[in-house]
Amino acid sequence: MMYSEKVLDHFRNPRNVGEIEDADGVGSVGNPVCGDVMSIYIKVKDDKIEDIKFKTFGCGAAIATTSMTTELAKGKTLDEAMTITRQDVADELGGLPPVKMHCSNLAADALHEAIENYRGKKK
Amino acid sequence: MDHGAGKPVDPRVLEAMTPYFTEYYGNPASFHGEGFDALKAVNQARQQVASLIGAEAGEIVFTSSATEANNLGIGGATRRYTKKGNRIVLSAIEHISSLNVGKELYREGFEIKYAPVDAEGVVELGELESLVNDKTVLVSVMAANGEIGTIQPFEEAAEIAHRSDALFHTDATAAAGQIGLETKSVDFMTLSSNDLYGPKGVGALYVKKGLRVKPQILGGGQERGIRSGSENVPGIVGMGAAAGLASAEMDAEGKRLTILRDKLIKGVTESIKESYLNGHPTLRLPNNANIRFSYIEGEALILSLDQLGIKVSSGSACTAKTLEPSHVLRAMGLKHEEAHGSLVYTLGKVNNEEHIEYVIQQMPEVVGRLRAMSPLTPEELR
Repeated sequence: MMYSEKVLDHFRNPRNVGEIEDADGVGSVGNPVCGDVMSIYIKVKDDKIEDIKFKTFGCGAAIATTSMTTELAKGKTLDEAMTITRQDVADELGGLPPVKMHCSNLAADALHEAIENYRGKKK
Repeated sequence: MDHGAGKPVDPRVLEAMTPYFTEYYGNPASFHGEGFDALKAVNQARQQVASLIGAEAGEIVFTSSATEANNLGIGGATRRYTKKGNRIVLSAIEHISSLNVGKELYREGFEIKYAPVDAEGVVELGELESLVNDKTVLVSVMAANGEIGTIQPFEEAAEIAHRSDALFHTDATAAAGQIGLETKSVDFMTLSSNDLYGPKGVGALYVKKGLRVKPQILGGGQERGIRSGSENVPGIVGMGAAAGLASAEMDAEGKRLTILRDKLIKGVTESIKESYLNGHPTLRLPNNANIRFSYIEGEALILSLDQLGIKVSSGSACTAKTLEPSHVLRAMGLKHEEAHGSLVYTLGKVNNEEHIEYVIQQMPEVVGRLRAMSPLTPEELR
């Protein structure tokens, strides 16, 4: 199994790890049975993602993709963040091994869920 | 500490092999001096491998791998003795090569039964006995499991098979060279060269005198017609030399590794909360420690430890081509999420007390970092 240097970097030095106590939106995807659970917390100001944090249970790819997702989303408007796809995350990481594309690359979904959670609360 | 996946060739083994690549390159089938030299070397290796397991030289068939030997021992024997019936019984924790032979035999019309193991990974003999009937052609229970290290009661399993006139095969890939083995009670036994610090690409099947198996590779009738193809002379010489060294050094090395293993298990499980030994505490190969850590995943552990120069493997789905967690851990009753967090340390000749202390010292921080990142970790462990 070969990971790109960028995947290894995000695994070793993940960006934005942690929880936001008073988060405006939270998204969680995955399942411990499958071996991956990702939670993303966002703080929203002026319709932009002002702060974002994550927690992940899973393999190296699961941790790296969540880290990269938070980096891509930080500072973006909610609409922009909603357009971030799993493929974008994989591309930014210099690619993922094919078997990891589906099982461990779920963080974009967690991000979208966090945004929808925020929007749902606002209504 | 991932010697289960691959071992270096012992330098003394390499030295024994080297002349057979260039100097003594003859074919053992030739009727001239070079052929005789090669034949003599192969026969000596056959004797060395036989001596390791208390067999006769004529009972050893060299193959390309333990996988081929499992195919030949389980598939070849079952297909040779079909008159007896149509059932075969395998333990649930056999190596994937044995399990896949079972699946192939099932497609050919055989009935396959799997004997369960208990929570410590020991085959349940009572259950095994209830699965073996008078239509059973063959029973296969490994001598020890390489992933969880549990030593199996294979001699008792052989007695159960023989009471129903079934043949008995044991896969001794992980056990040979680690613990003393006797072939008296078994009909077929699989051995691997690399697991004895010999070269990869060589294995052997012990076939008890008087028994036959249906060959899988047809040709010039080498290896008593059981396994055709010109012999891999340097590889076979290497396996022989490795078996010779194992016979001489196994007892002392086993005692040394057992002390290191127990120190590692104790050190890691005592310093890290919610870490548990997988497998049996004492019915255990000297070189194996398998420990699971709650709330984190094995591949992430492997990558973290690799950075620190510690090489290990895992039963996690994330490290498997199939994306399924280890069938061995599942057979022991572990949940998927428990199996995901398992690490396998397999010690080898190069490992010493300093290595063990280094691992014990590094593990809490590695586990702690991943647990801090995991949404499953309970508050009190963060």
